[in-house]
Amino acid sequence: MEGIKSSEITPEHVYLSRRRFLAGASTLAAGLLLDACTAAAPAPAGGSPAAGTSDTVQPPADVLTTYEAATGYNNFYEFSLDKENVGTVAQGFKTSPWTVQVDGLADKSRTYGIDDLAKAFPSVERIYRFRCVEGWSMVIPWLGFPLASLLKEAEPQAKAKYVRFETLFDPQQMPGQNSDMFAWPYVEGLRLDEAMHDLTILSTGLYGKPALPQNGAPLRLVVPWKYGFKSIKSVVKITLTEETPISFWMASAPDEYGFYANVNPDVPHPRWSQATERRIGESGRRRTLLFNGYAEQVAPLYAGLDLAKNF
Amino acid sequence: MGLLAPLLLLLSSAVQNQLGANPIREATLRMGKVALVLLVTTLATSPAYQLLGLKALLWFRRALGLATCFYAAAHLAIIVGLDYQFDLALLRLDVLDKRYALLGLGAFLLLLPLALTSTGSWRQRLGPRWTMLHRLVYLAVLLDVGHYLWLVKGDVGQPLRYAAVVVFLLILRLPFFRRALGRWRSRQAN
Repeated sequence: MEGIKSSEITPEHVYLSRRRFLAGASTLAAGLLLDACTAAAPAPAGGSPAAGTSDTVQPPADVLTTYEAATGYNNFYEFSLDKENVGTVAQGFKTSPWTVQVDGLADKSRTYGIDDLAKAFPSVERIYRFRCVEGWSMVIPWLGFPLASLLKEAEPQAKAKYVRFETLFDPQQMPGQNSDMFAWPYVEGLRLDEAMHDLTILSTGLYGKPALPQNGAPLRLVVPWKYGFKSIKSVVKITLTEETPISFWMASAPDEYGFYANVNPDVPHPRWSQATERRIGESGRRRTLLFNGYAEQVAPLYAGLDLAKNF
Repeated sequence: MGLLAPLLLLLSSAVQNQLGANPIREATLRMGKVALVLLVTTLATSPAYQLLGLKALLWFRRALGLATCFYAAAHLAIIVGLDYQFDLALLRLDVLDKRYALLGLGAFLLLLPLALTSTGSWRQRLGPRWTMLHRLVYLAVLLDVGHYLWLVKGDVGQPLRYAAVVVFLLILRLPFFRRALGRWRSRQAN
């Protein structure tokens, strides 16, 4: 397991200057979406000069999703099966006090209070595409910090190969958990190298504000090259393990959901299009990009892996 | 005409921007649901006629059948025109490997000839073959319920309730039950 080189972490001035740029621009080129791994190279300006000469079709530009849509159209079965009703049901969800337990195969297991986490790991803004397995997508400005910083502090042992995440289990507050249709609590997992990748963040907010319950307050995972359900919400437990975690959806429908769940237009799903997607706020459809457009940063993680078999 | 109400409601919601964050999906699902409800209702009119003997029910059955086909067409038109913007390459890519989509398309294709031959003159021209042809509706409704069942994510409760109603309405067509309905009616008449 390689560590993250310091050169791969977005320098704050780059982040800040981009943020300033984004604040002024309503439209941004796809290549501009914050990806820390290319931070060293100058970001291509709005209309890249290559765009006119290349005969490959450029993907359409990415525009920030409206705050209303990002907070009003949510999959969070703990609250409601109805995406447009989650925000209402989740109102008043208690996110403080809140603790996050980091344990398992780590030398420094510990439990963080949510406020300690915020103090220990300063928040940065990351603008990511977010692709739901149901064939819709958004562009969200997240606030958060790389999961790698937290994991490094826990000092994973050599045996640790995976990270397992768990959502709060509290049927009193989360009425959906009373349904026996699913095996609660929600569980997700990443390979340790995926978890340590700089694109992987723990998010505490979005659009410059603290997260609302429907977005996974007070702490959620964001893995932008995987389908949205991998980005587990309202996390209370992070465990380093030797064996592959069985996620909520793997347990529920193993033929439909694998461990990886990388965004991949070539791996079909029985119900939803994975070749195309609807960007919320747009009519028509876009073609879905391999690894949600982050192939340059994450494809090396899967070198030699059959992506169709390991879906 | 009451059967146009779902369409008018959809248009008014669309104009007032009340279809939520994913309006095309919402419109698609609404029109599909209306078509399914109308189709099941159409299927219920024949047993209701056997039970009650009201001639008006037969007239209403035809109106319901035509409305079913109309809403199924609207459902399909939204998918092809608004969702995929007539991009047939994308449609092929997305739809042809989806079993639920194939069932939905199949159901619509079965309904189409029924709508086209629903007039009195076609009925006369086809004679007994007309009845045979219009039995395709049984297959169409089964495909439609399958379409719904394969479309939902986790909660199959509602599609299964529709399936139960459809199975019940189809069972009423079996000769034994048909005769029972007739007997019941003549007993009421006496």
